Amino acid sequence: MTTKLFGTKVPRVEDQRFLRGQGRYVDDLLTDDPRLLHAAVLRSPHAHARIVDIDVSEVLDLDGVVAVWTWEDLTGPMAEPLPLLIPHPTLTHGRTQYALAREEVNYVGEAIAFVVAVDRYVAEDAVARIRVDYDHLPPVVGIAAARAAERTVHDDVPDNVGARMEQENGDARAAIAAAPHTLTLDLDIERSACTPMEGRGTVARWDPDTSRLTVWSSTQTSTGVRGCVAAKLELDLAKVDVITPDVGGGFGVKVVHPWPEELLVPLAAKTLGRPVKYTEDRREHFISSAHERAQEHHVEVGFDDDGRVLGLNVEFWHDHGAYTPYGLIVPIITSTQLLGPYKPQNYRVVFESLYTNTVIVTPYRGAGRPQGCFVMERTMDAIAAYLGKDRTEVRSANFIQPDEFPYEHGLVFQDGRELTYDSGDYPASLAKLKELVGWDEFEEFRAEMAAQGRRVGIGLACYVEGTGVGPYEGAHVHIETSGRVKVATGLTTQGQGHQTAFAQIVADTLGVRFEDVEVTTGDTRKMPYAVGTFASRAAVMSGSAIHLAALRAKEKALRIAAEALEASEDDLEIADGVVSVKGTDASIDLGTVAVLSNPLRYAFDEASKAATQFSVGDPGKPPVAEDDEPGLEGKDFYSPPRSTFANGMHAVIVETDPDTAEITILKYAVVHDCGHLINPMIVEGQIHGGVAQGVGGALYERMAYDESGQLLNASFMDFLMPYVTEVPTTIDIDHLETPSPLNPLGIKGAGEAGVIPSAAVFAAAIEDAEGFPITAMPISPSELFELRLAHADEPQPHQPIPR
Amino acid sequence: MSAPTPEQLHDVRLHVNGSVHEVQVPARRLLSDALRHDCGLTGTHVGCEHGVCGACTILVDGRPERSCLMLAVSAVDSEITTVEGLTEADGSLSPVQQAFSDCHGLQCGFCTPGFLTTITAGLAENPDPTEDEAREMVAGNLCRCTGYQNIVKSVLRAADIGKEARS
Repeated sequence: MTTKLFGTKVPRVEDQRFLRGQGRYVDDLLTDDPRLLHAAVLRSPHAHARIVDIDVSEVLDLDGVVAVWTWEDLTGPMAEPLPLLIPHPTLTHGRTQYALAREEVNYVGEAIAFVVAVDRYVAEDAVARIRVDYDHLPPVVGIAAARAAERTVHDDVPDNVGARMEQENGDARAAIAAAPHTLTLDLDIERSACTPMEGRGTVARWDPDTSRLTVWSSTQTSTGVRGCVAAKLELDLAKVDVITPDVGGGFGVKVVHPWPEELLVPLAAKTLGRPVKYTEDRREHFISSAHERAQEHHVEVGFDDDGRVLGLNVEFWHDHGAYTPYGLIVPIITSTQLLGPYKPQNYRVVFESLYTNTVIVTPYRGAGRPQGCFVMERTMDAIAAYLGKDRTEVRSANFIQPDEFPYEHGLVFQDGRELTYDSGDYPASLAKLKELVGWDEFEEFRAEMAAQGRRVGIGLACYVEGTGVGPYEGAHVHIETSGRVKVATGLTTQGQGHQTAFAQIVADTLGVRFEDVEVTTGDTRKMPYAVGTFASRAAVMSGSAIHLAALRAKEKALRIAAEALEASEDDLEIADGVVSVKGTDASIDLGTVAVLSNPLRYAFDEASKAATQFSVGDPGKPPVAEDDEPGLEGKDFYSPPRSTFANGMHAVIVETDPDTAEITILKYAVVHDCGHLINPMIVEGQIHGGVAQGVGGALYERMAYDESGQLLNASFMDFLMPYVTEVPTTIDIDHLETPSPLNPLGIKGAGEAGVIPSAAVFAAAIEDAEGFPITAMPISPSELFELRLAHADEPQPHQPIPR
Repeated sequence: MSAPTPEQLHDVRLHVNGSVHEVQVPARRLLSDALRHDCGLTGTHVGCEHGVCGACTILVDGRPERSCLMLAVSAVDSEITTVEGLTEADGSLSPVQQAFSDCHGLQCGFCTPGFLTTITAGLAENPDPTEDEAREMVAGNLCRCTGYQNIVKSVLRAADIGKEARS
């Protein structure tokens, strides 16, 4: 019997090539092709300006320069603005940029000209020779400036408001007015960004013999890129293949498409008849990819003596940067996922999505949830402090209970479907977390530390995460006559170990050896129908589709094998790639079943010899039955009615230095529920990485724009991404597995979980250590020091708030 | 702007992973680019081009160096080892490579070559590091996927594999 692999720590198949330096990332491709050309981009040095003139006359003199494009050289759909990928009725003033700026630039980094040369050095030399005359316009930087609207980003958006959206369940304002207690809070989060180790990159090759375009891109959606490239270059979809090779991390930024370069590289390749490569450098990634997180929130909450929320009214302002190519996904997620595991009786949320002259804002791991979690958890802590209650008690009073699922919030989620939680057990999760972090023993620890002159604090934060959003993913499973199994699914992979996790599913479902399964992702030649990898959806969506497709292949295998073995299908089992009649020696290899499934005319090898029409089947019937098709394959799609909701709770103990205000992590605990785990090693790796990214977002990383819209820290020297020295040395993880009823494997997404509660949990722990409210994140030691000074004249400094 | 002058090319002989690569490069060509694009050794990755992330770390005469901070022309007299050269002669994974697989010390794999070379040099100097020393050994390299806990474990595991092999 084949050992069940689902749920076990199977080592990753990807590791072999990565560890040997044999991965193939976009910039590694076509390196030995002497015809390969390289592109560089002229980017705006100004946050807001009109382009008066672009002079490229000195560029083509340069030895090695092949071509240069500005907006004036673009025609047809390429000269139109880039698509607004996810429109929404409330996005009344959506704007997108051009592939190359036309007349106006709206952020530092916006693409203006595109140069193609024999190598990147020469292309950059050429970019430096382009002269642009600008008329400077006053920039809008930051949410306060956008709201004030004394200056505007786009002339035809007079208040800088791209969208205003409101949802309400019940009557929040009336409930707050009638509540025994009320509080108001103002809570802010600053900008950060995904910053994968590999930036964006695109390679394209036009084949004049077949009139076919091949594009390789480090994207999170190869089918999306394919659609955009075909539309913009006016090519038939059938003439465009998009392949996503190995990708050096995504975290959301690479789901945006088409980037200007993702269109300009194919355009140049087709125009010049030579392959072209563009690889983003680190500074470009900071100023011309995407950011996220910046939001300001105003909360009014009404609650009873137990801390039960009776009404919650949240207004917030979202900085979406200069353009809105990805619609309103981030603020919609904040506005709905803010509720976490709780059930406020009455909830109203209103947001405005605002233009600023800064880099565009699109989903970054967590995608609006870290902000929502920060708002809700800070509110819970404030209620606990006000009532003098333990923070876990207040949360318990507000939890949705296990017997209340499916739980309907009466709101519409980011996928346009009802916000309905499918499963979870929040009280059980909280009990595990308290145990894991030592919540009930913490006061003893605090006293011990205080006796040594040390200051510590504890915090917790809970979240619920809608994962596995639709519309669908598909899979194709092909059992070859060798017995090896080729699996294709269309979404892409950026380090999540999909080739391993998906092969585990196939091995179990089909009953084949794990080593015999090979998984391909993100190649439109192999699976042209797909959505992409984002919103913690890959395992749920493609995992389920692969399971369903494997079941179809298995069904067919059993049908053919039953005939061959003259047995009933019910008496057959498949293990290690062999179909056998239970309790007998009668068996047939799956490879042989594949031979039998495909009657052939020609005998090109031993297996095919056995499959010619002269050796298989009933000569009285057609070789392929009317309702059948040749080959041992299965194809299926998984399309869920709505998202499945994972959840988790984090707790952290921090120490704050009484003199320097340095913040040290003493203990970090995670309780995580993503339904059934396919590979616990991979899931824990995702949590580790998410927590590290969360530590960065809470304590170190921010985008430091000055008032003129210059990003002052656009390098790894100045943008403080955590090294090993900044992250917790260990993370204590406990899992709860409440399976999702929405998919055949009972799984929920896990990719984003680790990063969601970080700002909330660190704010809570620092507040607990210091005794004054923490309302804005990230927080640096110098900011904490300033807060101490501001609160210095308060009675009894650093008195812990009630727990 | 003055008229451009054609770039002078230099014949450079690079010794990489025991092989000799004869390349013609301009003086400004970074060693990282020469290795990747002229020698075709794309295992060395470029993450920042300003010496901070460590993804491009290679061994120059056994010492870890950022190949994005070196020029190809300045590497002529050195013996260079890239990630492709870490694998054992029989094609099996080196102790450090094996440890990363054992401990799930990598996810997207982009920063991994720089960690592998850095740790290989680190363990040559200190074959039996404490956990703190293991952490210190990788404290100059950035990873965005793993959170580092499993990378530190990989260092300790690699040391153990090395000890087993020596005993």
